[in-house]
Amino acid sequence: MKSTLTMATAALALSASTAFASNLVYCSEGSPEGFDPALFTAGTTFDASSHPIYNRLLEFETGTTNVVPGLAESVEASEDGLEYTFKLRKGVKFHSNEDFTPTRDFNADDVIFSFQRQGDENHPYNSYSGGTWEYYQAMGMPDLVESIEKIDDYTIKVTLTKPEAPFVANLAMDFASIVSAEYGQAMLDAGTPEKMNTAPIGTGPFKFVAYQKDAVIRYAANAEYWKEPADVENLIFAITPDASVRYQKLKAGECHIMPYPNPADIEAMQADGDITMMEQEGLNVGYLAYNTTMAPFDNPKVRKALNMAIDKNAIIDVVFQGSGEVAKNPIPPTMWGYNDAIVDDAYDPEAAKAMLEAEGVTDLSMKVWAMPVQRPYNPNARRMAELIQEDFSKIGVDVEIVSYEWGEYLDRSKDLNRDGAVLLGWTGDNGDPDNFLAVLLGCDGVEASNRAQWCHEPFEELILKAKQVTDQAERAKLYEEAQVIFKEQAPWATIAHSVVYMPMRNEVKGYKVHPLGGHIFYGVSVE
Amino acid sequence: MLRFLLSKLATFVPTFIGVTLISFMFIRVLPGDPIIVMAGERGMTEERYQEMVVKLGFDKPVIEQYWSYLTGVLQGDLGESFITKKPVWDEFFALFPATLELSICAMIFAIVLGLPAGVIAAVNRGKFFDRALMSSALIGYSMPIFWWALLLIIVFSGNLGWTPVSGRISLMFFFDDVTGFMLIDSLLSGQKGAFASAVHHLVLPTIVLGTIPLAVIARQTRSAMLEVLGEDYIRTARAKGLAPARINGLHALRNALIPVVTVIGLSVGTLLAGAILTETIFSWPGIGKWMVDSIFRRDYPVVQGGLLMIAVIVMIVNLTVDLLYGAINPKIRRRS
Repeated sequence: MKSTLTMATAALALSASTAFASNLVYCSEGSPEGFDPALFTAGTTFDASSHPIYNRLLEFETGTTNVVPGLAESVEASEDGLEYTFKLRKGVKFHSNEDFTPTRDFNADDVIFSFQRQGDENHPYNSYSGGTWEYYQAMGMPDLVESIEKIDDYTIKVTLTKPEAPFVANLAMDFASIVSAEYGQAMLDAGTPEKMNTAPIGTGPFKFVAYQKDAVIRYAANAEYWKEPADVENLIFAITPDASVRYQKLKAGECHIMPYPNPADIEAMQADGDITMMEQEGLNVGYLAYNTTMAPFDNPKVRKALNMAIDKNAIIDVVFQGSGEVAKNPIPPTMWGYNDAIVDDAYDPEAAKAMLEAEGVTDLSMKVWAMPVQRPYNPNARRMAELIQEDFSKIGVDVEIVSYEWGEYLDRSKDLNRDGAVLLGWTGDNGDPDNFLAVLLGCDGVEASNRAQWCHEPFEELILKAKQVTDQAERAKLYEEAQVIFKEQAPWATIAHSVVYMPMRNEVKGYKVHPLGGHIFYGVSVE
Repeated sequence: MLRFLLSKLATFVPTFIGVTLISFMFIRVLPGDPIIVMAGERGMTEERYQEMVVKLGFDKPVIEQYWSYLTGVLQGDLGESFITKKPVWDEFFALFPATLELSICAMIFAIVLGLPAGVIAAVNRGKFFDRALMSSALIGYSMPIFWWALLLIIVFSGNLGWTPVSGRISLMFFFDDVTGFMLIDSLLSGQKGAFASAVHHLVLPTIVLGTIPLAVIARQTRSAMLEVLGEDYIRTARAKGLAPARINGLHALRNALIPVVTVIGLSVGTLLAGAILTETIFSWPGIGKWMVDSIFRRDYPVVQGGLLMIAVIVMIVNLTVDLLYGAINPKIRRRS
């Protein structure tokens, strides 16, 4: 089987139309929902669409959460933080396909088109393909963006309704991928607007070639890419939903690289001489959120005492099978603004019990909610809940584990009068601490994404201030302070950040694990 | 024969309406709001939620939703997937040929091996062959598909390297779908080695999916044969001195086929259920995995449409089986 890829190369060399000088085969875990990233929210879709096919005005530097220039060469913010002026890159070419050949290079019209279709209800593309523009909505763009104006062909001015520093990082997100206005118009004229989603045209390092639903996606390197062309001529996604089967394909040489290995296979992969294993903490956090509006959990000391009773290392061993790291802060360590000086609550059941007694809490019974689904930040919530139940029983707290169907779980856990502490987590969108701290712990999130129902004024003031300052170093300080308050107040027990493993064959060079969770193959070669 | 066919077709209509009703209600009875599932951990504002409710038509009374679904179905419109935003009809027909191809191969595999195994076991009742074949059938029937598939992959693909791990054809072959059946399309493509690769990729999934029907057919054939072999006319045939092969193959097997055909018909449902797991493991792009994913995502139009299409297929197969009874046994045809 090892010879499959070699065979493939040899055989294809015979056929001029499909000659592969170099292939990179990625055994992806699922099928994309489509190829217009602004329409969707799943990481699997972004891997197949925004990363290979498109660019954004700003980009996340692969392997970091730093925002770097993309299709915009530079960005300038006004003093009041309300206006952003983008200078666009010249000479950037869009791909072509059998229906479309671009007549001009990328310019400001494409930027206007890419955003207007998401924000303007009267735009001809606003309702195409059942578009609900979930990410654009979820990042609060409709309320945040007052206008996007074209100053000239290569200058764009964005005016905001309020100063919001994380806006810059939002523009590097997948939903902000730049599509071709000219292609949009051509498809509209042809009566096939859905081709924007099924036959994508972008400016990215790879051109879309073909998609066989649930089976294979094919891309070819974009020879006219505005940076160095990709190191492989063909990128192929072999869709392989089962993790054990992905591993077998990797071993057999049927693919070069795979995501999401089974935790149970990791040891064998690390021992395999043909496989290189890369790893990095994921941009996520798994937590147990108390309902801080209900007694006795409205008392920070009670929450702190419960946190001290949780043996997080045991959870990492049992639930994550080692593929996780204890979380001490609500943001992951790969993120700027992470406060490494914070010391986690020590696991000390005796002290925890004494603390509870000191607060007059005895014979406490509580519910712990266990999610019914697997998530990177919590691969087995039921097991995690059982371990917490055991830990809490050691300090005399009786735990009942409850669970609901996922939709119900998400809905009911938002209730202000919810009975019990909820196991949940979060995967970051844009590498900005605001995306964790404001979304999950801000006052606006109460009865929504703030499952602790925690609205604490000193913390809120810091995160609101951090939104308005544009200097990253200054913002980082504010977030570090916010984490100190978080630790004192303990609205959650921070449990774990998952560790992302990326097994690949030794011949793969140049791959970087991306902290935002995407799988990016530009700059990767096969020797 | 025409009356027989018409009487069978008459039962089709109420069953079809019943299936639309059940498929429509089934997914709605399950807890879980598709809009909340779509929004995930992030959630959405109440205002946005209400917008989505209107957009997806959930603000209308259920009866009205059902009526608009039913009228859509009768006009060939199964709706659009909430997730991919594509017509369910298009998605179904993009994936169904893969499931059908695999199911047909699995059924051929099961019949070609199951029928002779059952006959041999019956003729050798109580002897070594009977015991060996029936024990194997029992094991085959009890085998969890997931485990069986992984075992075969690890041994034959991983260790021995005889078969590909998964997929429908080697990635080296790239051609447009014509029929959606890889065996046919690979031949039409004219690419050297494509057909062989498609066959090669079918081996393990066919064995995995065909194992349970194979066991069922073998056991059913054996018991039907044993019953028939005890009949007077078989004794008469033997007394006439007919060759055993002629007695078993012509007189006994033909009469034993009625229950076997029934089992084969019923196995189509089992095959489609088994296809869900088989397709997931072998990365086979068929309707099984598509349906499961859509149930988890509460993608109502896909679940409704998929269930309806599967039910219609099972109904057509059952109708075919009924017609086959008539062909095999004229008495049934006349009774009707």
